[in-house]
Amino acid sequence: MPDPSDTTFRNATIAVLVENEAGILARVVGLFSGRGYNIESLTVAPVDEGRRLSRITIVTSGTDMVIEQIKAQLDRLVPVHKVADLTLEGPHLAREMMLIKVVGKGEHRSEALRLADAFRARVVDATTESLVFEMTGAGDKLDAFIALMRPIGLKEISRTGVVGIARGAGGLLA
Amino acid sequence: MSATLQTQTEARTMTGAEIVLQALKENGVEVIFGYPGGAVLPLYDALFQQNAIRHILVRHEQAAVHAAEGYARSTGKVGCVLVTSGPGATNAVTGLVDALLDSVPVVCLTGQVPTHLIGNDAFQEADTTGITRPATKHNYLVKDIGKLAATVHEAFYVARAGRPGPVVIDLPKDILIGKGTYQEAPQAPHRSYRPQTEPEAGAIREAVALLKGAKRPILYSGGGVINAGPEASRLLTEFVRMTGMPCTNTLMGLGACPASDPQFLGMLGMHGTYEANLAMHGCDVMLNIGARFDDRVTGRLNAFSPASKKIHADIDPSSINKNVPVDVAIVGDAGRVLQALIEAWKEDDAAQDKAALAAWWRQIDAWRAKQCLGYVQQGSIIKPQHAVRRLYEMTRELGRDTYITTEVGQHQMWAAQYFGFEKPNRWMTSGGLGTMGYGLPSAMGVQIAHPDALVIDIAGEASILMNIQEMGTLAQYRLPVKIFILNNEYMGMVRQWQELLHGSRYSESYSAALPDFVKLAESFHAHGIRVTRAEDLDAGIREMLAHPGPVIADIAVAKDENCFPMIPSGAAHNEMILGAGQSGGVAGVTDEGKVLV
Repeated sequence: MPDPSDTTFRNATIAVLVENEAGILARVVGLFSGRGYNIESLTVAPVDEGRRLSRITIVTSGTDMVIEQIKAQLDRLVPVHKVADLTLEGPHLAREMMLIKVVGKGEHRSEALRLADAFRARVVDATTESLVFEMTGAGDKLDAFIALMRPIGLKEISRTGVVGIARGAGGLLA
Repeated sequence: MSATLQTQTEARTMTGAEIVLQALKENGVEVIFGYPGGAVLPLYDALFQQNAIRHILVRHEQAAVHAAEGYARSTGKVGCVLVTSGPGATNAVTGLVDALLDSVPVVCLTGQVPTHLIGNDAFQEADTTGITRPATKHNYLVKDIGKLAATVHEAFYVARAGRPGPVVIDLPKDILIGKGTYQEAPQAPHRSYRPQTEPEAGAIREAVALLKGAKRPILYSGGGVINAGPEASRLLTEFVRMTGMPCTNTLMGLGACPASDPQFLGMLGMHGTYEANLAMHGCDVMLNIGARFDDRVTGRLNAFSPASKKIHADIDPSSINKNVPVDVAIVGDAGRVLQALIEAWKEDDAAQDKAALAAWWRQIDAWRAKQCLGYVQQGSIIKPQHAVRRLYEMTRELGRDTYITTEVGQHQMWAAQYFGFEKPNRWMTSGGLGTMGYGLPSAMGVQIAHPDALVIDIAGEASILMNIQEMGTLAQYRLPVKIFILNNEYMGMVRQWQELLHGSRYSESYSAALPDFVKLAESFHAHGIRVTRAEDLDAGIREMLAHPGPVIADIAVAKDENCFPMIPSGAAHNEMILGAGQSGGVAGVTDEGKVLV
């Protein structure tokens, strides 16, 4: 039983396996906005060969009681196969990908490349005055890299949002 | 389904409209409530050429959904609706949300512009699936005739499985005209939606152990028991009697426990009885079956039944621990849960504390002695409570199977308080959404399903005008619905709140320029009665009940009567107001309380 007097917020990474059908994303997003839940990030893509199933990863926050509600509400959507609270159910991996554009010349440029190397970011586009790095990792690692690029010449960022999976042999569908 | 139908379906290709009708038939549809329009002409053409499904032409699409709700709630079947695209669909939305909040199984077919025009702002185009997504349990847009039959089958499954609800199927006109082959309903279980109906034995044993050890138990049941079918109500009554514990029902759950049962405490909640609310407040073990700890029931949450262990059985896991955290959660169908509880109760060797239970009943009887529903009928002005009470007594004397629907407001609460229900499925009211205008169309649906029954819409003069056009439907189909208006010339519940919470400033709540309801009835080929004096009330009711056709009985009642008992918004169960003499207590409503509706 969740304790209703416990008002501490926690983050939860929730994985949802759904039928890959028209309107499913609107259904999930509408559920969150209609009931006033937070979405920190949301990603979705088909994950099986026949493209019949999609996997949604949602990062949300709330009290234990609210997060239990979010999972129960997701689970009763007709096209939802399975809902898992990766945060609660054991060790898991959470990763994000980012494309980040840095503009600058000379000293700035070499500093950006040096730091990218340290963070294992890849150069995927370069001109004489700009660089685009591709980088994957946990959200805080991406945040740290962004903070370092800001004084150097940060121009633009595109992030995917979090995808997550449980560690070990278990899977979402038993 | 007959053998000839089957061979037909296997053999030939059909139009989309024919496929839809065939699928409706396979899902047991006998009646469809609807209104035609351009996008659904192919379906109406197909309806015209068959006799298996009867179409009832309503006067407004909202009424079609409410009629289907009345049909569904009084029969346990899925109600079926057919409306056109654009305004047809948007008019149906209020009915859909009503069915969603009260968990009523309805399948609503909406017409749509042809697929190649979708998104073009075509004539009578609306984004129906977008609009109805949060208004339904689920919805579909059919873009491939190959999936048409399967979609209809799935819609009926979804509408009735688990916690029931409304489902929309949006049907573009080219799909209805196109040709395809029919597929029968699949035998395989649904790919993703398989609600748990069978309760877990461990949770049942835990619940029984708590209940056996209880000194002050109470059973609180809601619409989930009604939705689980009449057998669930029978089991509920059996369990109440074998355990000796008191039972209260929510507004949606009335009829599950017979009103005449000595262990029944009446309705609980904002306008519930004193004994039911104080028993909820003071109990040590609460068993909730098929109710959802709604804000009308709990009052102020942090003061709700503070000393009790709570057991909650619900078919919808998202209802459990939503508002009130519980100690034992049971997911399952109410009927299956009750069956399991009865068996586990018999198997459990522990003895009940009979002395404690007897003391608990003495306490409850002391609360009952307050006679919280008492009223004094004096003089010629008719008390609305008296009007409902006499209606109840006179229909009971008549002995006919009686179904009551209501609109929304004071009259609805008086009906819930003063009309006793002995059986489930006899009480149709808009509980969750509180839709004024629900009662008349809902009564039409009930009367269609039960042509020989007595169907009465207990109404207010403001609510009835919200769907008054349905008088035309009553006339067309000779539906002998009785409309019993408690006419106080006010939107009474609004007026009551303005009196109690807004310094008696009756802003816009007076029913000005009312029609002559007798002439209105007559213009719609019905019988009209007006009663203004208490001494004429019985004769008026007798005349209404004796008339073979539809009747409007316009009963002029006391204008300033308030509905009590009342738990003011933001207050706890033990802070309820019993009557006018005590309404000084309302001055204590906090600002937080005033925010609540």
